[in-house]
Order: sequence, then structure tokens, then C-alpha cells
Amino acid sequence: MMPSEFLPMSAAELLKTPLHALHLELGAKMVPFGGYDMPVQYPLGLMGEHKHTRAAAGLFDVSHMGQVRLVGADAAAALETLVPVDIVDLGVFKQRYALFTNDEGGILDDLMVCRRPDDLFVVVNAGCKVQDIAHLQAKIGGRCEVIPMPEQALLALQGPEAVTVLSRLNPAVAQLTFMTGGFFELDGIPTFLTRSGYTGEDGYEISVHQDQAEALARKLLAHAEVKPIGLGARDSLRLEAGLCLYGHDIDTTTTPVEASLTWAIQKVRRAGGARAGGYPGAAVIDQQLAEGATRKRVGLLSSERMPVREGAKLVDASGAEVGVVTSGTVGPTVGKPVALAYVAKEHAALGTELFALVRDKRTPMTVSATPFTPNRYYRG
Amino acid sequence: MSIKYTPDHEWVQIEADGVVTVGITVHAQDALGDVVFVDLPEVGKSFAAKDVAGVVESVKAAADVYMPVSGEITEVNEELRNDPALANSDPLKAGWFFKVKLANPAELDGLMDATAYDELVKNS
Repeated sequence: MMPSEFLPMSAAELLKTPLHALHLELGAKMVPFGGYDMPVQYPLGLMGEHKHTRAAAGLFDVSHMGQVRLVGADAAAALETLVPVDIVDLGVFKQRYALFTNDEGGILDDLMVCRRPDDLFVVVNAGCKVQDIAHLQAKIGGRCEVIPMPEQALLALQGPEAVTVLSRLNPAVAQLTFMTGGFFELDGIPTFLTRSGYTGEDGYEISVHQDQAEALARKLLAHAEVKPIGLGARDSLRLEAGLCLYGHDIDTTTTPVEASLTWAIQKVRRAGGARAGGYPGAAVIDQQLAEGATRKRVGLLSSERMPVREGAKLVDASGAEVGVVTSGTVGPTVGKPVALAYVAKEHAALGTELFALVRDKRTPMTVSATPFTPNRYYRG
Repeated sequence: MSIKYTPDHEWVQIEADGVVTVGITVHAQDALGDVVFVDLPEVGKSFAAKDVAGVVESVKAAADVYMPVSGEITEVNEELRNDPALANSDPLKAGWFFKVKLANPAELDGLMDATAYDELVKNS
């Protein structure tokens, strides 16, 4: 199933985030994404925005993503029936990456879950949010309240200077470590924020009421370290960080094991664990955890210059087809072509030399560890 | 020494000796964004007009470079191959792509002048 973000839409049908007018004022080039009219880049350009985020701090509007509260004493146990992830043991203000699975073990969406004192705060992909909310309501709506939060905007401030800037608005945010969150006033504006993101850099994702989103964005942009960053650089940053993009690197046809996301499945949810299984596709996933999958998502790095993009076929030295690229570009920080791909397990070992077919030419690619750029998360 | 344009956002500079220099327009490089790779044709190879002669790629997209006219490739810009960002920083001069010896000079009459091209960009 293709996410709705790739369906063509006329401008009239597109939704706008609370920062839409600000994007236009900043000179953004706008494109349809996830049903929204979104900034793909600003006048600085994709390359400059990418490098600025790695060097200082970038501000991203990710208000198109879905924010949902799950409320009720049974919410964590209920959510565990939909994800192969330990939610019950998640501490207050701790955040975790999770996956909605289907009965075949495929991935319906990936999401972030943070336990707050009175609810679970869930963030899902824009292109999947309508179906995710319907899924939550249908499957666990009887066990907890599923409360979409369309009134909340979501801003991400990412990069090594993110903490410097955000600390000026509230020094307490510097105390958070990677994948934790809390309620903080930022220069008087109430927010819920987590120290997390989608760039491989230290940074924050900030949930703020739509009425105060533009004021907060302007406060952040007033700092010399901060520049607005579009979806173009968001994609190249996440790719260098080795992070999956739903609808490309993961979808209903890929399992978490095939997608090399087994780190997201805690022991307690695996066969033999205290709360093993009990989510859609558990039998498939447990079997793959035990025996391995026939294909695996890997990173690919090229020593040549030609970018290798989504859809490029991969062959071995004999010319036999062994896989396909699901995301790829020239990494602006790496300075070389980088890609994520699925390859047959026999070809998934680090260092394996493969060839991508681009316009009928072979270009060599080496199976490589991800991230392609070192993660710089703040772990305290 | 006049310059003509194609609807595919290429410029064609007419040199004195039946040779033209080809590159991509300011509008084209702006639409593509930061160019990270160019694939240039082989010197000595002949193409018909509208054939795909090369590729230009930015971080976000790849685009074909078409032959604006029929002819033989006499020279390619090796500096551009080594520094694809020239297509952004100096698209009309240092960022040229290749030179073509015209097979049929009359084809030049079918290309746009600057006024017509500016009109096309304005309405695109």
C-alpha cells in the first residue's frame, strides 16, 4: 500500500500547517507531502540546510505528523496488542520507537511513544495518520480513550546547537537525555517536548498548541544558530542517519526483522519473554527472530560519484539480481552516494561488494554499517 | 554569438565554426537544486535531436539532458564532471556540459530566443 503522501493532489485539497504563512514569508518552495502543502526547501537550499543542521541548529515544521493521546489505566497494555514493543515497562517521560504490525508481520507504520503521567503520547506519520487512528480506535478503543490532537503543531529543533538555543528559552531542557521528554514552558509558551528527532543529531521535537506555534517558531528563528530546514534536507539527514522512511524503506510487505529493526523488539515481547507475542504477526516475527529472514535491510556506500536511488536493482558480480534500493542519494555530509536497500541474506554481510544498476550501468556499492554519519544523541 | 534555448531548459550557444556549446539554464539549476553528479556523453558519439545525451542529478532528483540539435559530441566539460556544483554556481559559463558539431544547422531555427524562453519560464 502506498501512503497517501504520493497521491497527486491539487493545491486546493492540500492541508496547511499552522506555520504555512511563515514558510511562504521565509521564501520556501512548497510541495505536497502527506496531504499537506509543505516546505521542501528554503532559499538556502537542500545542501546548505543539511550542512547547517549538522553544524548548528535547524528548525523543521513537522506539524503534518499525527499526534495522538491514549488515555486510561489500561492504555499501555492495550497498545502492546498492536506493537511488538515493551510499552508497559516504559517509565514516565521515557520515549520509545515502535511499529504497528499487520497479521503477516508487515509494518503498518512506525511511531514514537512517550509515557506521560496521564497518557501515552504517540506520534505517527502524516501519510498514515488517518488509518492509524482508525486502527487504534477499532482495536483498542474499548480499552482506552484514543484522542487525536489536531490542535497541536509539532516543531523539531535539531543539531548540535539545539540545546544551546532551547536552553535560552528554558534552561531545564538541557537536563533531558535522548528519548526522554517533559512539559516545559519555552519563553512562556507551554509545550511538551522530547529529546529526539529524525536527523541523527542531538535535538528536540516540540509539541505546541497551533495558536502559539508561529510565535514559538519565530522565537527560535531569532537565534543566529537557527535556520529553517525543509523536507528535502530532512530526508537526506535521516538517510545519512540510517533511519527508515515509511512507505519507502519499510511498509506492509517488510517485517521488522527484514527491516533490521529487531532492536525495537524488547526481550520481554519475544518468544520466552514475560509478555511474548500478543500483537499482529507475532508468529511470523518470532519465527524470523529465531531463524533469520531471507532478506535484510542494509546500508550501501559507494566510492564513486553516481547517486543510486530508490528502485535501483542490485546484482552480484555474476549479474544475478540480489536486491533493490529503497532510498538513496548523495549524502551531503558523507560526500558520497549512500543508500538503504533490501538484499538476500547471503549478500547482507558488512563489506559485501554489490553493483547497483543505474540507467543500465553498473556502479559498485559496498554493504556498510549505518548510520553513515555518527549519531550525536545526548545520552547524559 | 547568439544563445538559443530549448523547452527542456537547456541553452545553446552558437559558436563560429558550426559548433554549439550546450548547458542547463539558470531556471533549470534552480529547480534541480544542488547538483552532485553529471553523466556526460562520449566524445565522438553522434545523437539525434531530443536524444538523451546525459544526466544531471541533485541530492533530491535526477534529470535527463537532451540533445538540443543533431550532431556529434566534440568536447565535454571535464571540470564539470569533477565539480558538478559548477552547474549551480556558473550555469551559463563554467558549468557548460558539452559541445556539438551541428549535423543540420537549420535545426537552430526551431529553438527559442531569450524572450520566448523567459516567457516559458514565467508561465511554468
